[in-house]
Amino acid sequence: MLQTIQKHRFLLEELVKRDFERKYKGSLFGTAWSVLNPLMTLFIMRVVFGHFFGSGIPHYTTYLFCGTVVFGFFSESTSEGLMALIGNAHIFTKVNIPKYLFLLSKNAQTLINFLLTLSVFFLFCALDGVAFSWRFLALLYPVVMLLLFNLGMGFILSALCVFYRDMQYLWGILTQFLMYLSAVFYSIDSFSPQIQNAFLLNPLYLFIRYFRKIVLDGVFPSAGFHALMAFDAFAILLIGIWMYRKFDTEFLYYV
Amino acid sequence: MIVLKLENVSIRYKVGDIRNIGLKETIVRKLRGTYRITDFWADRDVSFSLEQGDMLGIVGVNGAGKSTLLKAIAGIMRPSTGTIERHGSVAALLELASGFDPDLSVRQNAYLRGAMLGYTREFMDERYEAILDFAELKAFEDWAFKQLSTGMQSRLAFAIASLVQPDILILDEVLSVGDGAFAVKSAAKMREILESGATTILVSHSLDQIRELCNKVMWLHQGRQIAFGGTDELCNCYQAFLNGETIL
Repeated sequence: MLQTIQKHRFLLEELVKRDFERKYKGSLFGTAWSVLNPLMTLFIMRVVFGHFFGSGIPHYTTYLFCGTVVFGFFSESTSEGLMALIGNAHIFTKVNIPKYLFLLSKNAQTLINFLLTLSVFFLFCALDGVAFSWRFLALLYPVVMLLLFNLGMGFILSALCVFYRDMQYLWGILTQFLMYLSAVFYSIDSFSPQIQNAFLLNPLYLFIRYFRKIVLDGVFPSAGFHALMAFDAFAILLIGIWMYRKFDTEFLYYV
Repeated sequence: MIVLKLENVSIRYKVGDIRNIGLKETIVRKLRGTYRITDFWADRDVSFSLEQGDMLGIVGVNGAGKSTLLKAIAGIMRPSTGTIERHGSVAALLELASGFDPDLSVRQNAYLRGAMLGYTREFMDERYEAILDFAELKAFEDWAFKQLSTGMQSRLAFAIASLVQPDILILDEVLSVGDGAFAVKSAAKMREILESGATTILVSHSLDQIRELCNKVMWLHQGRQIAFGGTDELCNCYQAFLNGETIL
């Protein structure tokens, strides 16, 4: 797969450019939206939830930002990825190019947005008086795992979307539901230990918690925690790749 | 040397309750037992082989399975049964304008389309000016693709596609485009490509064109291979069929 990506590098670059151009065409602030959007989400949540949930959580703004930055990346990446196949059906039914390039292109775009947001995140950490340390380098791990997880979800969702267009609408609702389950704006400390453990079944919660451990608590998560994240990311990625392989020549009949 | 070999190639389309009925309808129909997917065989048992430099013309009335067969040879579809062996690179020009984005500029579209045809960035950098010259679009470089007239769009599409240098070339009714002068120019350019020695498969409704260009002809009818052979003999048979003098 890496070899074919190398071979199609030029095409991938052009697709990324196209997706960028399309997304921000005609908007006044253009690419600035990719940073403005998460900041506004953060601001709204800070105002709405700060009063109810913020009082018991130190550095609540950073706590919240850990949640929104991670969840925002996931949500943008999957909602964009969802359209990777049906949005390019007019191309892959006429030209023989690997279909996963469309998804890679979408994800390259959301990754760039995420990295921009992440730099603003660190700025906020500094403003909030969070102590920086070399441990922050470990954040690379959840970022890479989340990227793989997003890719996997993108493969799965875009394939499903070809067969059932309902996914477009369904996924919006599911994402919202998942957001409430991921402790983005609240702390799980007040739940019973069993329920707290149940949160570990939610991959998004793992990514968010990793960020908070490093940034706010200043400790590394356990080895088991790392393994669980890797398991989630690779399981989803493999299912996604399997679906693309299995249905590669089927997609054409459904678009 | 055999460049392309098809053996008993059959291609099945799935039709029925698969397109755009959505999740709810799918479940409802499955529960009621009215969910149907039926097979439609667009091509049945097609076998032929081409040698280096051969020019194959495919003839047949609408719905004969010509375009589907081209898609399978191009690798866009996979045959349901049978095998396709290709030796060398394949370029398929099924629709010249596929892959263009209406909102991007002429320049961006040229690079995007070039990338889809498998060109490298260096190749595009080198040929970009020539493409614009050939398409006569020098003054429109920064225009959005959708702002161009249909004729201009097809000129650009042709200019980019005409740079292909494959071992196997697949053409679906794209021998020339545009109005008077450009039609002559594009036909001449296409002739140049055809004479470059690539093994070519050509779908055309113009029997004159096929007689002129091709050394082999295949006749498809409702997915079945009626005949494969020399140009003159087959074109005469097909012409007789079209005139209603013979029936299949």
